Amino acid sequence: MMSFPILSVMIALPLVAAAAALLTNANNARWIALIATLANFALGIVLWTNYEIGGAQWQFVENVPMFGRFAWALGIDGIALMLIMLSAFLMPICILASWTAIEKRVPEYMAAFLLMASLMVGVFAAQDLFLFYIFFEAGLIPMYLIIGIWGGANRIYASYKFFLYTLFGSVLMLIAMMWMAQQAGTTYIPNLLNHDFPVQAQTLLWLAFFASFAVKMPMWPVHTWLPDAHVQAPTAGSVILAGVLLKMGGYGFLRFSLPMFPEASGQFVPLVMGMSLVAVIYTSLVALVQQDMKKLIAYSSVAHMAFVTIGLFAFNRQGIEGALVVMLSHGLVSAALFLCVGVIYDRLHTREISRYGGLAENMPKYALFFLFFTMASIGLPGTSGFVGEFLALVGAYEANSLVAFIATTGVILGAAYMLYLYRRVVYGPLDKADVAAMPDMNKREWLILAPIAAVTLWMGVYPESFIAPMRKDVGTLLARIERANPPGDAQLKKGAPQPAAAHEKAAEHAPASALAEGQH
Amino acid sequence: MIQLIVFLPLLAAIVAGLGNRTIGNVPAKLVTTGALFASCALSWPIFISFLTGGAHAHVVPVLDFIRSGDLSVDWSLRVDTLTSVMLVVVTTVSALVHLYSWGYMSEDDSQPRFFAYLSLFTFAMLMLVTSDNLVQMFFGWEGVGLASYLLIGFWYKKPSASAAAIKAFVVNRVGDFGFSLGIFGTFLVFGTVSIPAILAASPDMAGSTIGFLGARFDVMTLLCLLLFIGAMGKSAQLGLHTWLPDAMEGPTPVSALIHAATMVTAGVFMVCRLSPMFETSETAQHVVTYVGAATALFAATVGTTQFDIKRVIAYSTCSQLGYMFFAAGVGAYNAAMFHLFTHAFFKALLFLGAGSVIHAMHHEQDMRYYGGLRKHIPLTFWAMMAGTLAITGVGVLGVFGFAGFYSKDAIIEATFASGSESGGIAFAVAVFAALLTSFYSWRLVFLTFYGKPRWEQSEHIQHAVHDAHGHDHDDHAHAAHGHDAHDEHDHAHGSVSDGTAGYHPHESPWPMLLPLAVLTIGAIAAGYVFHTPFLDAEHGAAFWQGSLAFDAHLMHAMHEVPMWVKMSASAVMLTGFVIAWFAYVRSPGIPAAFVSQFRILHDFLYRKWYFDELYDVIFVKPAFAIGRFLWKRGDEGTIDRFGPNGVAALVVSGSRLAGRLQSGYVYSYALVMLLGLAAAATWAMVG
Repeated sequence: MMSFPILSVMIALPLVAAAAALLTNANNARWIALIATLANFALGIVLWTNYEIGGAQWQFVENVPMFGRFAWALGIDGIALMLIMLSAFLMPICILASWTAIEKRVPEYMAAFLLMASLMVGVFAAQDLFLFYIFFEAGLIPMYLIIGIWGGANRIYASYKFFLYTLFGSVLMLIAMMWMAQQAGTTYIPNLLNHDFPVQAQTLLWLAFFASFAVKMPMWPVHTWLPDAHVQAPTAGSVILAGVLLKMGGYGFLRFSLPMFPEASGQFVPLVMGMSLVAVIYTSLVALVQQDMKKLIAYSSVAHMAFVTIGLFAFNRQGIEGALVVMLSHGLVSAALFLCVGVIYDRLHTREISRYGGLAENMPKYALFFLFFTMASIGLPGTSGFVGEFLALVGAYEANSLVAFIATTGVILGAAYMLYLYRRVVYGPLDKADVAAMPDMNKREWLILAPIAAVTLWMGVYPESFIAPMRKDVGTLLARIERANPPGDAQLKKGAPQPAAAHEKAAEHAPASALAEGQH
Repeated sequence: MIQLIVFLPLLAAIVAGLGNRTIGNVPAKLVTTGALFASCALSWPIFISFLTGGAHAHVVPVLDFIRSGDLSVDWSLRVDTLTSVMLVVVTTVSALVHLYSWGYMSEDDSQPRFFAYLSLFTFAMLMLVTSDNLVQMFFGWEGVGLASYLLIGFWYKKPSASAAAIKAFVVNRVGDFGFSLGIFGTFLVFGTVSIPAILAASPDMAGSTIGFLGARFDVMTLLCLLLFIGAMGKSAQLGLHTWLPDAMEGPTPVSALIHAATMVTAGVFMVCRLSPMFETSETAQHVVTYVGAATALFAATVGTTQFDIKRVIAYSTCSQLGYMFFAAGVGAYNAAMFHLFTHAFFKALLFLGAGSVIHAMHHEQDMRYYGGLRKHIPLTFWAMMAGTLAITGVGVLGVFGFAGFYSKDAIIEATFASGSESGGIAFAVAVFAALLTSFYSWRLVFLTFYGKPRWEQSEHIQHAVHDAHGHDHDDHAHAAHGHDAHDEHDHAHGSVSDGTAGYHPHESPWPMLLPLAVLTIGAIAAGYVFHTPFLDAEHGAAFWQGSLAFDAHLMHAMHEVPMWVKMSASAVMLTGFVIAWFAYVRSPGIPAAFVSQFRILHDFLYRKWYFDELYDVIFVKPAFAIGRFLWKRGDEGTIDRFGPNGVAALVVSGSRLAGRLQSGYVYSYALVMLLGLAAAATWAMVG
């Protein structure tokens, strides 16, 4: 392949830029951050175009042994590629979204974001168990600082909650990792993926990883840090939190829990499905009564991420590919929704839904974008939201009809709370003077939302571009977990051949054959 | 060609929608209306070629859509007889409604938006009717739902309009919930979502069983019923009908296009498209029949008591959709499609006619404040007459009849001829509902066009008259109605004793009258011209080409039904007319006397069988209450209390924590994180 260490460059470039940003003034820091993240995005495109679909499982592999067992081992498969693309795509948008909104300690802020950009690539590219752990946990530090320093009034409580939850999960995960390294004699992830851990040990290992990933997802009932974190985080912080950080949980399930502990995963399907279904109903209903825009979208995120876990633990191709598309789609759509909130927050400095109303009148462009992302969020076909949810639910139905039945009610509730939000913000009379004085979106805001809308549409109309690179990796995963797949509940039993009379009737209607002809 | 038909409206919608205020009203209207007339002009030749037998079903591929293992979905356009019928219905009514809106919406200040939505709707509807697989059908299905949401909420400043828009979307989502599960199940059973493949495989699947929600069901019954829930939502069948009357909050052209002629018939189309599936499950067919019959009856009874002219027509639509469903339920899918076809013309005509009345009456929609309009707006009156004659099914057997005479009577005869118990019940309902249809349709005509003017009690009319005198006028209230006052009423003044309040209604402009004229022709002639290919036992089979389950036996049997059956529709039609004439022309005191006599019955009907109240109590209020409970008691009262807050309390006492949690500590926590991380990593590496 290529000898150019592109993954290392994508990790190093933002780090260098972060250092540079710290040494300069606010305006320079903004430009440095923008240029560095755009360069990283360009590298990402190079990565994607050079990725050979259907080629080797691990591409762009770099492996430099370091001290001890530790190695600088990088490499990506299609799944990692897509997630790296997602974070590289969102980063410049975050910088632009913070362009004027952040006024204090700009160099530090930009450095924190650049650090995050670097670590996000690292998480998805790491092929060494401990390297992954470092990136995974270190990614929380800049996020923690962004909430704690540039956040809203109650930022300390939010960052404390964030800290506490994630700390709890990561400690257990680290212990599990150390045991694994000991038992398998390797920390190289591609080797671990094919290592069969004793079935009894899998249970505990699975639970330890689950503690960390469930918090990251977040799954009910360990989700309560998310609404607070979102509410307090600055707009761009929410974008990265929803867009990329939450994807680390799903990625963890895909990379570790499922392929490394297939038997335990099969055994815990009822637990995961149960928690996910509670999340769909519970958080949707909670979202319905929120008064704070960001909190509402945060709760909707929990419901959406439940579709990811449902899809992943359906143990079939549609479910897993659906889960992946939900991850990508949610990364775009919830990010865009937080940006939409940011647009009006920057004007009125409140997230209180009831303070708004009638924006369709004075902000028609904004109303259109907000409508588009609202529809994408509730999974309107033609947007990315539909493709993911649809596939995940198809997979869920194959696994268990009751799961699909309950999860599908989420599409009703989702429509209810999102449209109710849209109605209160955008529809209704424009009767508040300060709201009426708000100008429509400016060029910069247009520039940050239009690309996301374009990709959302692209993924909704022609998702093949995004699914194709991941197809083979999902196949590899399926081959690995097939043996633990619990039986479905459908158990189709072919009936006796139709009674002759009914056959005759059908023949007279002559529907089937004539219709089949039409296919050509 | 089919690509042009489908995608021209989309292009137009994009141009008008994104151009919006920059390109101005006239270009936006020209682009959209032009695109629709082009689509319409291209659609008729396709339909005619199927009529003359010169065309065959074919599928035009467009693009890959979803590929996931065995699941393979394409964007493609299917053209067959069934599609061609829908193509002409959709493009014709849509083109006419576009034209009509030039007049009706001429004073609205967001016309490009309106026309963009209309074209977008048409695109989605065309995607629905040309779909070759269930997923693309679902795309169109939800797409029309979106357009419907946007158009119902078009006058978004009115709280009632935006509430109705949400209601329409969410209730439809309940239907789509069933549709989705139906698609999932179909894929699980057949391994494909391609409609022709499913229909081909359905007969072999009859009698198989499958596990669902812990019980075992007959496969085909389960799948058909799940899909049918979707049809019930979109076609406003009993239980999921509550959104349709509220949808009348949208501008009247929208009601004509979406909530009468096209979108609401999507459910009927779906059942016909999948008719070979439904043929494999008797239970499913019975359910379709009973639901259709119950809806026809329910909506017709409610329709007799409403005063809002649009709501009367909305309930009438709901009721006629019920007819289409029980026609499909007894196996007369072609009769259902024929009624869909004729109904599109006469119901669009009635709605657009009502729009013309509303336009003339300065946005008054309450028929109690109409009366005597026949002489003031004669062209509208005659158009409405044609529509009423068509819906009530006026005609002479073997000679000539208005559109509904052929299609509705065919349904009534088919239910009788089917010979089944459900068919018998449907027959009884159909005849009784026809009586009610005739009654409420003539009631509408008499209240609106006959008698003395009762305009002076109308606030809208008073407004109009006042405005004309240069009084301050409340911009806000008017904008909410989408129109401003006509200023031509300045001569209106003086005597109020004649009930007119000095108001002079006048006929609508030609962009509104021309569509009425075209649809009038449809309402008069569509039945007579097309009943042979749609219904005839021999010609029908050749026309439909297997695009739906065509039962030639049933079509024969329809002709053999006893004379009293054939005459029953005409008899009840006359009866309904006579009752309405007595009650609303001859002695107008009768309705009031009847209402006071049967107060409970009237309230029950007038309040629409209390469905809205019931749903509010069992769904809407509890959802909010539970949401609040889970938030306050679940998240904050339990998880946080024993989770993070509990941990904090364990570590330090509450007051000291508050002291520590100051911004200076952010860095220290970050440092702790970092140090812990470094220590852990080092330990891992060395160990």
